Amino acid sequence: MNKLLVKEIYFLMVLGREFEYAAKENYMRGNISGFLHLDIGQEALSVGAIKAFDKGDVFATYREHIMAIARGVEPRAVMAELFGKAEGVSGGKGGSMHLFEPSRFFYGGDAIVGGHIPNAVGCAYARKYLGSEDGVMVIFGDGATNGGAFFESLNNAATQKLPLLFVCENNEYAIGTNIERTAPFKEQAKKAEPYMLTMSVDGKDAEAVYETISKARKMIEDGHGPIFVEAFTCRYEGHSVSDSNAYRSAQEMKHCKAKDSLENCKKRLREKWMCSEAEIVSMEKEAKKVVEEAVSYAESAAEPNMSALFEHLFVEEV
Amino acid sequence: MLYREALNYALDEVMAADNSVVTLGEDVGLYGGSFRVTEGLVEKYGEKRVIDTPIAELSIVGNAVGMAIGGLRPVAEIMTGNFALLAFDQIINHMAKLRYMSNGKITLPMVVRFPQGVSRQLAAQHSESYEQMLSSVPGLKVLSVNDVNYAYHALKYAILSDDPFVFIEHELLYNKKGEVNFEEELDPFKARIVKEGSDITIVSYLKMVDDVMEAVIAIEQALKCSCEVIDLCSLNPIDYETLKSSIEKTSRLVMVEEDHKTGGYGSQIVAWAAEDLFYELDAPLLRLAGADIPVPYNRTLELASIPTAKSIASDIIEWGRKNDL
Repeated sequence: MNKLLVKEIYFLMVLGREFEYAAKENYMRGNISGFLHLDIGQEALSVGAIKAFDKGDVFATYREHIMAIARGVEPRAVMAELFGKAEGVSGGKGGSMHLFEPSRFFYGGDAIVGGHIPNAVGCAYARKYLGSEDGVMVIFGDGATNGGAFFESLNNAATQKLPLLFVCENNEYAIGTNIERTAPFKEQAKKAEPYMLTMSVDGKDAEAVYETISKARKMIEDGHGPIFVEAFTCRYEGHSVSDSNAYRSAQEMKHCKAKDSLENCKKRLREKWMCSEAEIVSMEKEAKKVVEEAVSYAESAAEPNMSALFEHLFVEEV
Repeated sequence: MLYREALNYALDEVMAADNSVVTLGEDVGLYGGSFRVTEGLVEKYGEKRVIDTPIAELSIVGNAVGMAIGGLRPVAEIMTGNFALLAFDQIINHMAKLRYMSNGKITLPMVVRFPQGVSRQLAAQHSESYEQMLSSVPGLKVLSVNDVNYAYHALKYAILSDDPFVFIEHELLYNKKGEVNFEEELDPFKARIVKEGSDITIVSYLKMVDDVMEAVIAIEQALKCSCEVIDLCSLNPIDYETLKSSIEKTSRLVMVEEDHKTGGYGSQIVAWAAEDLFYELDAPLLRLAGADIPVPYNRTLELASIPTAKSIASDIIEWGRKNDL
């Protein structure tokens, strides 16, 4: 770790949280519709993991705005996508849940819980076969670890010794159901233990996430085979904006927010990395500005042309 | 050349020419393929390109999608149609949708080979047909193979194309004999006129084309007419042009399919004809299809559950007589 890197991570986390609040606000205003899954509370994991895995393919879920931005997708292209505009990263055809940017090796947006894990396995197979030095990272929630796609993928990745990093963001909730009610244990890494090396990390500590993922990344790049990293975190909002979060008590939410990703990182910046207040304030201001610009860009961006309706179904139209 | 040999030949040819082509599935490697389509390939191209997978269909197609993203041209083999139901999430939610959802940023050059159909007493969980589901999914190109020459050309085309294909084969056709014209440039999306005729257009695909051809002799004798037989070849997109010119000539349409009748694939063809060619028609549309029951094991019951050459002949003769043909 170094100061510059921690500052960059902090900036992206602040940017991410501002982005998510702006998305929520614009959802309430009717500018964004459909399902909107916010990543507030989990920023340390999203940013830390992506920054540590700065090359190679990333497959993520529908809660991927911050990850896309951390991977280098323009915040305004993400916001424009949420607004359903032509300038959106997926041309307005994907929305919040389907952000894809192959030029950044980012295959975010899969909205079938666990459905993208076998795709990451296949991609890791292809990269290994083609002699790439990079690995593949697949991020999913604890809810995905109860499904067949996950277990098939553990088996295939381990059998083929693929350069694949499984990252489980364990926020304890599969939509509105606590993991303790659907799995026999809290630590989902136990499911991966028979197949591969597992690691666990405090998902609210961005530096720890960064260091764990970096270490695992180097190992898979060196031919170690797949590794499973479990990061424990907590979602501040409901599953999506339309979820009132009523199933979690005030006490539980207090516990959930007791350690905040952003506050924790800010404290480290001040105490360990000797960051001045002025530096911190300037980063926070800059993040706010980027989000404001993203929103105004999205507001004024064009609607897709009607010709887009039938475009991009195939490479060769017939 | 046999149908399965034509498929093998096509695979072999593209694998020899392009290292990015791989094939994966249950028993495709050391075993040689359940229907021997991949026979000999693992010896030539090795286990990294002819990949024996676990019996986990979701992953066979799901991994193929990821391989295509990662720069390969995978050809996934499903052992039999019914098993593919476990892979339908991957086929429908991923293979068919990633390109459109990403506004064309993701390209999936991949093929899912899909053997299916009533074979010989394999009972309800190994005999069903799924073209009605597959061809209703936007984002997939769906081909169906009756002919040996078509098998070779269409499979080669599908593998070399940058689009996702489902390539439907019929389990009773693997040992069908035919000639391959290697020089031909075949358009896989064009329907094949198997036999020309002037009075009835009979449209079919997969194995039923052969049953129709067998039935035609009796039909033409009994009705003193001539039948035009069309093999659809491509189920999505559909070559409506070829169908239209045939129906304009004959004024009569019969659709024959092995699939269950309710919601079956042929309903699309007859609905289209009723919508677009109503005034061209001199007789009610006739649709012959499988019964709406799980396919039974007993051979007599099994054959009674689907159209056969005999039933096709008698049903069309009865329909023709009723309609002044």
